[in-house]
Amino acid sequence: MPELCLGRVADNKKLTETVRALTVEAEAIARRAAPGQFVHIRCGAENLLRRPISICDVSGGAVTLVVEARGAGTDWLARREPEDVLDILGPLGNGFDTGGRRILLVGGGIGVPPLLYAAKKAAGVKRAILGFQTEHRILLEEEFKNACDEVFITTDDGSAGEQGHVTAPLKRLLDRGAADAVLACGPRPMLRAVYELASQYGVPCQVSMEERMGCGIGACLVCACQTRENGQLHMRHVCKDGPVFRGEAVVW
Amino acid sequence: MVAPQLNVNFAGVRFKTPVVAASGTFGFGREYGELFDLSRLGGICVKGLTVKERHGNPPPRIAETPMGILNSVGLQNPGADVFIEKELPFLRRYDTTIIANISGNTVEEYCELAEKLSEARVDMLEVNISCPNVKAGGLAFGTTAKSAALVTEAVKKHSSVPVMVKLSPNVTDITEIARAAEGAGADALSLINTLLGMRIDIETRRPVLKNNTGGLSGPAIFPVALRMVWQVSAAVKIPIMGMGGISKAEDAVEMLLAGASLVCVGTALFSDPLAALRITEGIGAYLERKRLDSVSQLTGKVQPYQL
Repeated sequence: MPELCLGRVADNKKLTETVRALTVEAEAIARRAAPGQFVHIRCGAENLLRRPISICDVSGGAVTLVVEARGAGTDWLARREPEDVLDILGPLGNGFDTGGRRILLVGGGIGVPPLLYAAKKAAGVKRAILGFQTEHRILLEEEFKNACDEVFITTDDGSAGEQGHVTAPLKRLLDRGAADAVLACGPRPMLRAVYELASQYGVPCQVSMEERMGCGIGACLVCACQTRENGQLHMRHVCKDGPVFRGEAVVW
Repeated sequence: MVAPQLNVNFAGVRFKTPVVAASGTFGFGREYGELFDLSRLGGICVKGLTVKERHGNPPPRIAETPMGILNSVGLQNPGADVFIEKELPFLRRYDTTIIANISGNTVEEYCELAEKLSEARVDMLEVNISCPNVKAGGLAFGTTAKSAALVTEAVKKHSSVPVMVKLSPNVTDITEIARAAEGAGADALSLINTLLGMRIDIETRRPVLKNNTGGLSGPAIFPVALRMVWQVSAAVKIPIMGMGGISKAEDAVEMLLAGASLVCVGTALFSDPLAALRITEGIGAYLERKRLDSVSQLTGKVQPYQL
């Protein structure tokens, strides 16, 4: 059951030029949050819709939310300061299954943060491939190095790590049989490529999908995601049935 | 002083408060039921039902606009039979009035839905002749007086519970459609459905909604809704459930003064899931402040200027 609560901003840390990590004290949400779940936050009186933000980490009674300022709502959110109070609904949605002996986390851009809590919660050997456009957009590298056994960075322009997409190191790791499960979050084309590659190796892949949301709890039905389950087509919803889906269930 | 009466007798159906959850924003109540006790609502208009399951339109189905949202869900629902079997028993656990919103592609489908749902003992029907997001039926029935009357008359014959007709604002003269529905036997009217709108992404030159167009709701449409309720209330004798952008108690009081007997809250729930409860409390506080005994004393009590 989600909680509707007021959370106090404890910290707002700059990660990149446009990305902030907010630490918000929200005991009721922190207590029940699972990796891959999200919260739905009211972003001031002038923005009608709440904004869904994935849970990056949980520590004590606080959740860490990584926010990229890219519109009116997220811009408002990124400017919150310690002691500000946020109207938060959560935790929401179905998150990652972090079971398995060897977990491979694959993240792209602002899709990277929710994988951190998954890495921390997973018990097996953990590896992460994190892809970014360029060096100054890299997020949470140190945190992933602390939480994982191995971390691979890719950048589109080669300014840091390996040049190219996450699929190159993914293929090498799959070639050497280094993963029993792939957990991915990022832009849809990346998710599709990661899922298709993993499926060629018979490795189950969970993908965290994104869609424009309304209510955030499964009532308004706007954040549709088409799936095929047991041969039947369904229109599922990212906020309630997802955001994490089995890669093979998604109609790409 | 005794607390003012919030209950309303609406076309013979009892509502314990004048605040109803709007169809399409509330699903079948399960999700909001995790956040508050549904018995605190005057009523629930359930997600629009069709004879067969509908998957709805492809996403994106929502776009934010200044003080509003556009949606193009396209009547996604599991079909009336699944609703009756799985969802209605859940809703019946709560002490609130249940209104089934129905949509057909043909007059026959409206009749089939009316028969099934009144047999299943919902409290009332809301006949949706105003959905802007589906190709067949939907809005088409609500844009001429003749077709509105045709659907209303047919549904009335097949229903054993009171029938309310939901009107579209996307017409030249809404009072003409309202009169036609009343003349065909409607027990009540609800208005307004969403206003047809559009947004374009100027980078991709693509509409923001995959359906190209969608229905506008939220505070942006409130003055339009209020004006239409006021005009319709002067044109008909049957009671009105007013909706369109109500987000606070003051809006609800305006809507009642304009001529509504009940109000629906929809889009406001997305920013504040408890909006319907806060609005109910605020209406009570207004009645106390004005020393009125009952919410019914507000209906139609606007004092317009004589021009």
